[in-house]
Amino acid sequence: MPEPDKAALDRAFTELYKAHLRDVYSYSYYRVGNHHDAEDLTEQTFLQAYRHFERAQRESHGRPLRPWLIRIAHNLAANYYRDRSRKPQTQLEDAAIVSEPHPTAELVEQREELEEVLAGVANLPDDRREALIMRFALDMDNREISRALGRTEGATKVLIHRAIRQLEESLKAEEPAA
Amino acid sequence: MTDVERLLRSALVPVDPPVSLTDRLELRLTETVDIAAEELADWELSTMRDPRNWGRTAAAGAVLAAAGGTLVLVRARQQHKKRQAGALKALEQSIEDVSTDIRKRLGR
Repeated sequence: MPEPDKAALDRAFTELYKAHLRDVYSYSYYRVGNHHDAEDLTEQTFLQAYRHFERAQRESHGRPLRPWLIRIAHNLAANYYRDRSRKPQTQLEDAAIVSEPHPTAELVEQREELEEVLAGVANLPDDRREALIMRFALDMDNREISRALGRTEGATKVLIHRAIRQLEESLKAEEPAA
Repeated sequence: MTDVERLLRSALVPVDPPVSLTDRLELRLTETVDIAAEELADWELSTMRDPRNWGRTAAAGAVLAAAGGTLVLVRARQQHKKRQAGALKALEQSIEDVSTDIRKRLGR
């Protein structure tokens, strides 16, 4: 039997959707590496979120629901790779990095540098990559990331620190010797 | 903030979803809400047969009316887009009619 406060729930869900569509899409895009699959993942995330929204809202005790939403996308992305035996794409098909019709040498260099960073992020272990996407693309704090990943805040802080260090080392290794 | 963190901030920029996705997703969410409202209506009709449920049914009816107004922004946006698409199609048709007419006249 449908719950009697459904209208209020639907209004709250609409607000959640409007507030976090870009977050879910950004996460999906950096997770799967192409727009086509990112669209599918975003769509499935919101449809699944709608189905479980009432319970999530009841159990959130007023806490923000963005980590819950990103956790759904995270679980769906894991299934996506498991079911289809796919791997994340190292090269983003249309990265949102500097793109000019007639780039200067400086812009070319900057673009190459950002592409190296993205490739480095894609090569990190799953949990480290996800933590960096949440921190930098979604601007989530440690508390939100820990809820999305199902870890403690302390463990999340360590995870992000190690991810940054690993990326730093891989970028240094890529640098041509002076 | 370290250099790597600055680079990460520049590389991992938020990505806007394409309009085609927002349109499709909003349509699917609206449909989902409509299906939920229909299920409520079916339940309402079935419970009306038992007078003991009439109080609950009336309350559910009020909820159903309110549910009709949910996701109203999404729905209104879709209808606005449909109207815009319709107007554009009509304009395209008028232009096509005028060019056909001109071609006919020149042909004469």
